[in-house]
Amino acid sequence: MSGLRIVSAGFAPTLQDHGRPHVQHLGVPPAGALDPVALRIANALVGNPADAAAIELRVMGPTFEVEAASARVALVGTGAPVEIMGDRKVEAPSHQSILLSRGRRFRVGSLSDTGVAYLAVQGGFEIEPVYGSLSTYTRAKIGGLEGRALRDGDLLPLRQAKADERAELRCTDRSWWREGGPVRVVLGPQDDYFTADSTAAFFASEYNVTREADRMGMRLDGPVLAHAKGHDIVSDGIATGAIQVPGNGRPIILLADHQTTGGYPKLGTVISADVPRLGRLRPGDTLHFARVEVEEAEAARRTLEERVDRVVERFGPAEPWLDEDALYRRNLVSGFVEPG
Amino acid sequence: MTETNSEPRPAPRFLSAGDAALVVEFGNAVDPAINHRVMRLGEAARAADLPGLVDLVPTLRSLMVHYDPTVTSRRAVEERLRDLMSDTGGAPVVGRLWEFPTLYGEEMGPDLEDVAKRTGLTPERVVELHAGTEYEAYMMGFMPGLAYLGIIPPELELPRRSEPRVRVPAGSVAIATNLTNVYSLESPGGWHLLGRTPVALFDLHRDPPVLLQAGDRVRFVPVGRDAYEELRDRMEACDTAFAPVQAEDRA
Repeated sequence: MSGLRIVSAGFAPTLQDHGRPHVQHLGVPPAGALDPVALRIANALVGNPADAAAIELRVMGPTFEVEAASARVALVGTGAPVEIMGDRKVEAPSHQSILLSRGRRFRVGSLSDTGVAYLAVQGGFEIEPVYGSLSTYTRAKIGGLEGRALRDGDLLPLRQAKADERAELRCTDRSWWREGGPVRVVLGPQDDYFTADSTAAFFASEYNVTREADRMGMRLDGPVLAHAKGHDIVSDGIATGAIQVPGNGRPIILLADHQTTGGYPKLGTVISADVPRLGRLRPGDTLHFARVEVEEAEAARRTLEERVDRVVERFGPAEPWLDEDALYRRNLVSGFVEPG
Repeated sequence: MTETNSEPRPAPRFLSAGDAALVVEFGNAVDPAINHRVMRLGEAARAADLPGLVDLVPTLRSLMVHYDPTVTSRRAVEERLRDLMSDTGGAPVVGRLWEFPTLYGEEMGPDLEDVAKRTGLTPERVVELHAGTEYEAYMMGFMPGLAYLGIIPPELELPRRSEPRVRVPAGSVAIATNLTNVYSLESPGGWHLLGRTPVALFDLHRDPPVLLQAGDRVRFVPVGRDAYEELRDRMEACDTAFAPVQAEDRA
């Protein structure tokens, strides 16, 4: 079987695609990539459909070994390079496709510039989907490999035993990744559960991402919010990006692995165009919020989609990243990087 | 339970949940009449096949509509839902009826004695009351496959346990407030455990993995240990497809 060996897993990488947003009515959390923009670009670089699953990396990346004739990969969402091991260690930049041949080991080191990055592999993974998705939701052991994060020694089965012959691509426009400015929020559904002073303070203040941040949500540190009429509601639905405020008044932004329903008031919801930015945040990062209306949120989402379309259209040829002499001496015919 | 037309119905509220979802809130209470209005709109919206619709999540008192904002807009979704709400025709869908064999008490229902004490009933009477009612699934939530079922007989109403358990086994049949449920996965939980059913409400080896959906009806059927173990073994061997005793009725 062709596969990608996880020689050492790093920090709990998981398979993620666009998730299962269509079965929330069965109590199944949507899951899916925390940064769907980075996922899409990683997939586009290796020629995959936008919704193919990739490996979502957090904190510290894995070491892989190619157990297929060849594999084309792309790392997106971090400035960290792909370190290719061999006689001499070489570094291939992120944000471009890389062709690796059988036996080649490569690793992604620590992610010091983002909360999340993606490694896509051309052709994707030969794994049975659950409700149409490979996304891993570890709390219910759904998706990915046996419903869990990848571990040392795992073999991720690849659908493509050999990468297509084609030139390598590079994502030259990285402006989408350095998006600054306030995180935009639409008020509701339970903004009437908060005092006017609290809502004003929320938008006027800076918040910090605490260490209590995972795929389910991130707890924020900043001004405590006061409930105007209690902190229990009869459960209602939860949307990704919802800003939920439990009894202690400390907001939690709910991310991809959120439960489908919940009983705490939600002051507002981060707009869909800014949800990918949340995934990139790390503990200690600061953020502030700006209030927008739904129509502005819809326009922002259209702008984001058009922008990502342009980023993909403008992929250029990949930069050379190797000791090319050594490469050509080893394999003039295919151009594959043979194991040292 | 039927709705009485004489009751004043507050107009539902459309609440924003960002730009990819909205909430239609019919009320703020655990009330079957409110839930029936939620289910009715959900059914109509599903049948109408709204462009860009991603999912409809009914809860006890509201309907969350998830949609794709690159395909449709809040305005378009809201307008369509308002049209659908003004259509009053059509009988409500009667959901599938399930019977869950349940072993009450002992290690399967470690709270049965305590519930009996606190309600002033005998354990036998608690079981009789709990198993003597047909429940409706008002909503799914908390974990994949978990249904909030109600309404339990008022004699059995108790607040949640003051100390939630760290681990409640899958299949546990439990009550709290005026609702009952079956834990679909092992998880922490604060409800009172009356018994256990061998029926898997969530099983990845089954297609589809989730058994229940909102609108379904459920009865618990007390069984002895032998019947429980026999069904459990059959379920674990996957040689029995667990089916509802009545199909959905869309008449």
